[in-house]
Amino acid sequence: MTGSTPTTDAASPADGSTAPVATSAPGGLVKSVVELDRVVIRLAGDSGDGMQLTGNRFTSETASFGNDLKTLPNFPAEIRAPTGTLPGVSSFQLQFADHDVMTPGDAPDVLVAMNPAALKANLAELPGGGLLIIDSDEFTPRNLAKVGYATNPLEDGSLEGWQTVPVPLTAMTLDALADSGLGKKEAERSKNMFTLGLLSWMYHRPTEGTIRFLERQFRRKPEIAAANIAAFRAGYNYGETTEAFAVSYEIKPAPMAPGRYRNISGNQALALGLVAAGQRSGLPLFLGAYPITPASDILHELSKHKAFGVRTFQAEDEIAGIGAALGASFGGALGVTTTSGPGVALKAETIGLAVMTELPLVIVDVQRGGPSTGLPTKTEQSDLLQAMFGRNGEAPLPVIAPRSPGDCFDAAVEAARIALTYRTPVMLLSDGYLANGAEPWQIPDADSLPDLTQAVAFATEPNGETADGTPEFLPYLRDPETLARAWAIPGTAGLQHRIGGLEKADRTGNISYDPANHDFMTRTRQAKVDGIAASIPLTDVEDPDGDARVAVIGWGSTYGPIGAACRRIRNSGRKVAQIHLRHINPFPADLGEVLARYDRVICPEMNLGQLALLLRAKFLVDVQSHTQVRGLPFRAAELAAVIQDAIDSTTAAPANGVLQ
Amino acid sequence: MTTIDLGMPAGSSTPPGPIADAVTASVQSHGEKRTELKAKDLKTDQEVRWCPGCGDYVILNAVQSFLPSLGIAREDMVIVSGIGCSSRFPYYMNTYGMHSIHGRAPAIATGLAASRPDLSVWVVTGDGDSLSIGGNHLIHALRRNVNLKILLFNNRIYGLTKGQYSPTSEVGKVTKSTPMGSLDHPFNPVSLALGADATFVGRAMDSDRKGLTDVLRQAAEHQGTALVEIYQNCNIFNDGAFDLLKDPATGAQWSIPLVHGKPLVFGPDGASCVVRDDFGGLRIAETNQVAADDIVVHDATRQDPSYAFALSRLSSQDLRYTPMGVFRAVQKPTYDAMMTEQVDTARAGQPADLGALLAGGDTWEVSA
Ligand SMILES: Cc1ncc(C[n+]2csc(CCOP(=O)(O)OP(=O)(O)O)c2C)c(N)n1
Ligand code: SF4
Ligand SMILES: [Mg+2]
Repeated sequence: MTGSTPTTDAASPADGSTAPVATSAPGGLVKSVVELDRVVIRLAGDSGDGMQLTGNRFTSETASFGNDLKTLPNFPAEIRAPTGTLPGVSSFQLQFADHDVMTPGDAPDVLVAMNPAALKANLAELPGGGLLIIDSDEFTPRNLAKVGYATNPLEDGSLEGWQTVPVPLTAMTLDALADSGLGKKEAERSKNMFTLGLLSWMYHRPTEGTIRFLERQFRRKPEIAAANIAAFRAGYNYGETTEAFAVSYEIKPAPMAPGRYRNISGNQALALGLVAAGQRSGLPLFLGAYPITPASDILHELSKHKAFGVRTFQAEDEIAGIGAALGASFGGALGVTTTSGPGVALKAETIGLAVMTELPLVIVDVQRGGPSTGLPTKTEQSDLLQAMFGRNGEAPLPVIAPRSPGDCFDAAVEAARIALTYRTPVMLLSDGYLANGAEPWQIPDADSLPDLTQAVAFATEPNGETADGTPEFLPYLRDPETLARAWAIPGTAGLQHRIGGLEKADRTGNISYDPANHDFMTRTRQAKVDGIAASIPLTDVEDPDGDARVAVIGWGSTYGPIGAACRRIRNSGRKVAQIHLRHINPFPADLGEVLARYDRVICPEMNLGQLALLLRAKFLVDVQSHTQVRGLPFRAAELAAVIQDAIDSTTAAPANGVLQ
Repeated sequence: MTTIDLGMPAGSSTPPGPIADAVTASVQSHGEKRTELKAKDLKTDQEVRWCPGCGDYVILNAVQSFLPSLGIAREDMVIVSGIGCSSRFPYYMNTYGMHSIHGRAPAIATGLAASRPDLSVWVVTGDGDSLSIGGNHLIHALRRNVNLKILLFNNRIYGLTKGQYSPTSEVGKVTKSTPMGSLDHPFNPVSLALGADATFVGRAMDSDRKGLTDVLRQAAEHQGTALVEIYQNCNIFNDGAFDLLKDPATGAQWSIPLVHGKPLVFGPDGASCVVRDDFGGLRIAETNQVAADDIVVHDATRQDPSYAFALSRLSSQDLRYTPMGVFRAVQKPTYDAMMTEQVDTARAGQPADLGALLAGGDTWEVSA
């Protein structure tokens, strides 16, 4: 969460509950309210069941209620895999709490399974005793057979280890919509809203937002809006009146820094950050992009903001996308291209051209599982080395990464700052988890955002002279401090010049094959990128007591899971330092010194050790790499176990507490 | 000197709206534009490094002599090229320029032209650059109709990489990479462009200064993407490739000059002509064998590209019956103008209030 006041992260849901309070519901039913400090809910259903929409709505209600939260949408790459099959299962998990949370939760406390496939795919992750809500109508012999259930788990006793509540969600939805005039098939589609209504009752969520949303969403189909709202209300009322649910839960709002908040996903935040960078630099924003999961939503979002002078160009391929962006940068725009790993591979040659022509350009890579087409809808951090080195020649460029969905906004502004100040392509590495995950975001004051106009002083006058004293424009004359070259845009009289991919002579930018010049220019381009370190903060270390012997270092979206793991470690009485990198190239100036302070440095990554490789190469530190490439974020408990092992084997006596 | 309408928005040196302030300020920093130019104003101090006798020299001279007649200031012209001998062109032109990477010039120029409708953007490319590695960008630029002028220097060979066959080389071409002759059928760049529904397509010969200038002028006047195929002699690796059309003895016989509104009659003494065939296409006939009314009168402005396409199919890969001139010149809205219009419409409907944008959607307040 952005802007929260830190509190400790509870390790188990049961810890926070207080004694039930009895209340009376309509119909004379006595229902009790249990207060919890945090809950993890997972909604799972068929791709066609609308689980992502349901999850997003529950998230919005929860955010506007004031809980802190993190979400994990998890859906198949196929738009609609065959109905009712395991590959077709789509799920949405969120953790919300009365304190700040760092992850969507390792495992759900509550699992809603809309069909047998959803149950089968997710049950193993629901801890024993967890609440299991099941649409019993979908447990037909045919559906059971589709996923290989020989007997009905609702009847064969196999669900005894959980608090199982079968609810005829489909039938009740159809009942509620009996008078809606909709056919059975259409009416059935609203069962996700019935479910949302039930959950909204169970967790005391505000409902107005969802009703407004449905009205807006189906503006042109009022009968569908009405049906969804009716189903939503019916679900809520069912919760209130049924004997099946005797308890509802209250999770108090989380303390947050004062201010105005909204719920935001990583892709949305990134797009808004780019618009903000355009506005704050006074340059028109130009996006050249080719659709690719999980980056397309940035293209979609930016396409809505033409009122800000944003031009979006859906190109014929990734190469054209970056080419057009670079062409626009040459013309004085803030050029941006957004893609995922396979697209970065295609853009490599043009990125090299941007390195050579020293034009500002922001390249956003929303990473997904690789190699090749890999896991399009799953998250991974395996493009770091591609970002660093995936080009011919010595082609250094700055690499930065956001740590949370909301942080994508700041990362976008920072990427633009570096690109414009240093006239360089910048790689911004987001990932699928950040892109689709959401969290409450403190809305920044537009006027307090970094002023980027200073970064963009176009050259308008000659900056040198020829041997005979005639004034001339030297496009590769550099600012002594930043080593940024002079940037003159077409249309500026007297400064006509030619740039390109061939090696440039220092100062003039003319073609040069001179060996000494090439050596000099290669080193200068590297020095320029290295020099960016002077403009970035020193290493961000979180070590409350300042005397930890073990440090965990991460980058990008692992911030949440690592942070949550570190909290558990600290709650157990152990000490650990958390270092999280926004800038991966160049590293903060003091990083080598910082790492050298610790006995052990652990580096968890969703790849096979790419940052670890860089740290070892650069600082000769014996980094312990801990990796996982499951297409899902780390579980905090697993990371905590790894960190605990490291601490206990490093320090002589184990700390007092037991890890919770 | 007369200034022609280049299809740029009125008051074209001012990109619309307040957000482009830094760009506008830079463009206007020198006040009044100097638009009266001579050919020498367009030369640079860079030594031209094509092989002596290369057709590229003639084209460079023709372009330098012709561009001043457009009445555009040097700084408002940009030449973007790919990679190849021909793509060195920008270095020799005192305009803004980018010598980019192989095949990508149309994409780069598209981004520039779409974001800066005030500029006159030209692409210089070779047959390998535009039709092999960059084929995709070329056809998409053509269908989008961005305001770009694409000069395709077709020497039917890869010059810079020392003489491999290209996508326009005739079947059976013996080169270093095809010692037993090439196997693949060539593209006809004009047919390809028309297949992509290009709004302007022309063809000219490097050595024909008058014809080349004429086609270039029409291309420059065209609003939208113009493709001009220029037959260019590579005297090192494919010398004489166009001699059939250049040789006074054979040229008139095998070239079909395209003049809008004029009957398609050609050859010595106008002995040959173009008539419709029985299948909706065109064929060559002997003028004295057909009724005068049957001879096709050239119309470059036909919306349906089929006629221009049929014209382009008259020639064979050995260059007999090659139409020269403007095949098609039709009006269609340009991509950059439409993009600007959408931006303007959005602006008119909603103020660019960043604070309001950031606070969009459902929000809530946390008080201290
Ligand atoms: C990515 C890439 N692949 C290959 C090359 C090598 N290359 C340079 S120019 C060229 C062909 C040029 O032929 P053409 O476009 O016809 O230009 P010409 O030299 O004939 O004018 C090739 C293959 C390159 N520069 N970049
Ligand atoms: S190789 Fe051919 S095309 Fe290239 S410069 Fe020499 S003559 Fe011209
Ligand atoms: Mg060629």
